[in-house]
Amino acid sequence: MGEMKSTTTHVLEAGEGQGFATTRFQDLLGWAQKYSLFMYPFVTACCGMEFMAVTSPRHDLSRFGAEAPRFSPRQSDLLWVVGTISQRQAPVLKRIYEQMAEPKWVMAFGTCASCGGFYDNYTTVAGIDKIIPCDVYIPGCPPRPEAVFDGLMLLQDKIASGNREPAIVKPRTDPAVSHNHGVVQLRRSKDA
Amino acid sequence: MAEALVKAVQSQFGAAVLETHNQHGDETIVVDAGSWKDIAAFLRDDRRTQMNMLTDLTAVDYPDREPRFEVVAHFCSLTRGHRLRVKARVGFEDGEGAEIDSLADLYGSANWMERECWDMFGVKFKGHPDLRRILMYPEFEGHPLRRDYPAQKIQPLVPYRDVDNIEKLPPFGDDMGMSFGRQTHAFGSHEE
Amino acid sequence: MEPLDLDLEEAELELPTDPTTMLNVGPAHPAMHGTVRCVMELSGENIEQVDVQVGYLHRGFEKMCERGTWSQVFPYVDRCNYVSPMLNNVGFALACEKMLGIEVPERCQYYRVILGELARMSDHLTCVGAMAMELGAFTPFLWFVRAREMIWDLMEEETGARLTHSFGRVGGMAHPPTKAFKELARATSDHVVKVVKEGEQLLLGNRIFLDRLDKVGIISAEDAISLGWTGPCLRASGVPYDVRKAHPYMVYDRFDFDVPVGATGDCYDRFIVRVEELKQSARIIEQALEQMPDDGPINADDPRVVLPPKEEVYNSIEGTIQHFKIVMEGLKIPAGEVYSYTEGGNGELGFYLVSDGSGTPYRVRIRPPCFLVTSGLERVITGEMIADVVPCFGSLNMIGGECDR
Repeated sequence: MGEMKSTTTHVLEAGEGQGFATTRFQDLLGWAQKYSLFMYPFVTACCGMEFMAVTSPRHDLSRFGAEAPRFSPRQSDLLWVVGTISQRQAPVLKRIYEQMAEPKWVMAFGTCASCGGFYDNYTTVAGIDKIIPCDVYIPGCPPRPEAVFDGLMLLQDKIASGNREPAIVKPRTDPAVSHNHGVVQLRRSKDA
Repeated sequence: MAEALVKAVQSQFGAAVLETHNQHGDETIVVDAGSWKDIAAFLRDDRRTQMNMLTDLTAVDYPDREPRFEVVAHFCSLTRGHRLRVKARVGFEDGEGAEIDSLADLYGSANWMERECWDMFGVKFKGHPDLRRILMYPEFEGHPLRRDYPAQKIQPLVPYRDVDNIEKLPPFGDDMGMSFGRQTHAFGSHEE
Repeated sequence: MEPLDLDLEEAELELPTDPTTMLNVGPAHPAMHGTVRCVMELSGENIEQVDVQVGYLHRGFEKMCERGTWSQVFPYVDRCNYVSPMLNNVGFALACEKMLGIEVPERCQYYRVILGELARMSDHLTCVGAMAMELGAFTPFLWFVRAREMIWDLMEEETGARLTHSFGRVGGMAHPPTKAFKELARATSDHVVKVVKEGEQLLLGNRIFLDRLDKVGIISAEDAISLGWTGPCLRASGVPYDVRKAHPYMVYDRFDFDVPVGATGDCYDRFIVRVEELKQSARIIEQALEQMPDDGPINADDPRVVLPPKEEVYNSIEGTIQHFKIVMEGLKIPAGEVYSYTEGGNGELGFYLVSDGSGTPYRVRIRPPCFLVTSGLERVITGEMIADVVPCFGSLNMIGGECDR
């Protein structure tokens, strides 16, 4: 984790398609930023339970350098939007986002934050991207901690490479195109 | 046990009890809206009933009936262990004139449940100390649980971001996300 | 503290005419669980008046239920009380079954009881842990969440999901218990009790923790009843009302368990009642595991509501049609209304259902225990100090999804 692989030409290549050049200083900055994310958990709903699990010992978010929660938006640079955002909550979210200092990143934790989920109705905002820009979407209702880590690592890659294109955490293998038609054979213990 | 309850109310109020029935073991009386509060006070204070808890209060909307709304209260006696459902019918077919006495000074629990009922259905509770919206925001127009309120009609508090194709922002492709809803959102009054 | 401007004449000072301060806490305050806002009028540090505003997590549960079939309500009830979804699942299934007049086989009842009690454990663990964390004791929170992980592991093994199971069905459960269920459940419950005892030692030996709870946020039994409180919060005020004892449903009348009650109705009582209930849940699980039959059907034998086994769906025309009818049209619940209530994680969880006889619910009203408990917050914290808001609010265990629906 401490290695800084990206100070070489590797990152220059990745930056080419985006039309800007990364310098060694930018690499250094990105490397520093990606491992010192101060998070602001904007926890509203069910996903908060899974967020607790993510930060607690079994899964332990701190292994990824994003341990310290800051409950003041002015001190944080990663906004986790965890749970459903209702129309009533939307101004609050927007205000918190505006209070955060640049550079800032936003993660949509769970389906409701990403697109409104199955609450397709009069009170729910159909995804936080309608109100604030979002960097990484993590699907799941709620997502498993492993998916959250995928999302965090995706964000860290994006921070390191300076890429601000929004991205979704995708399954490692797409069940729709795999040969077993989405049926996963679980390996059970001997008695099964 | 609960039949005796119904009899007690009937003998006390006579003609104000419009209907009684017992379905799935739940004793129900339908009362005249005018004696709503008197009956609640009787249920609370009478030695035979001792209904010390107003468990639930809500309404049901029947748009093609007149009176249109059924206000439904569930009373329960913790000391005697019996329960009773009391209903009253109020409101004209167009949704106006739905008024009933408030039980807030008899039962503390009525306070918020009546506010919710007003918020969701537009049933006014006369004599309620603080009849504001509770679940929706004050700017909201209409009563969402009425059956003629379109489920997807949103009334946003914050304007959506000024970007192209706000309904489906990248990285969500046209074929991604939910197959229903989303594009069909009828926006609230501010756009019409 | 002495004012610095002692030599000023009092007449020259512009003192505010209103000595109170307005303070807004939430909805984005970490101790307000993201969904409650308290606007307080303070005089010094004392709370004179408070306006509790909920609704920041209103997600239109009741409206959404009117759009699908009866079985499509299950995912929504799951997300109402998202700390103990299984209890909600079972509560809703029982309400539908009461309307249909069917009873699930005994094995399923035990299965529901055990899963439900495990869910209650996870609910109380979360509440107790979060309450400790909000008061600065972070370690017990980590321990309790670790114990909760064990419960979730079991749930995942049984249902396939960690948190939102949608496992209940009208007339049974989605799947029979796995082979290792009993063994796993016993191990989990034992482990949780062990963790609770350890955590209890950490907290109950902690002077700061106790002082912040003791005699804070007192509510009398009469007030609690009038406010419609149920569950651990009501029992903490000394009213031994537990739906499982007062109106036993499923097989709860066959178990020997106690209903812990508090004496004063302060935050400490609400805390300790929950801790005690965790142990009682473990007792119920132990007895249920012993009594639960190892074989037998899980689903009621009622082709109107229960999906046929997959072999029949694929191999016989009757099975296909039956499956199609239930899935596409929804199961038909006879017209009428019902109020069915169970003991949820936070109190009496009621479902008032109105059916018009079609496959779609006409009205699904959930009687949310949290909503009423939160309505009492105003009475609990008025007159207390500003620092007491956090323990009071934590001890009420407000669950946003259930409170605002």
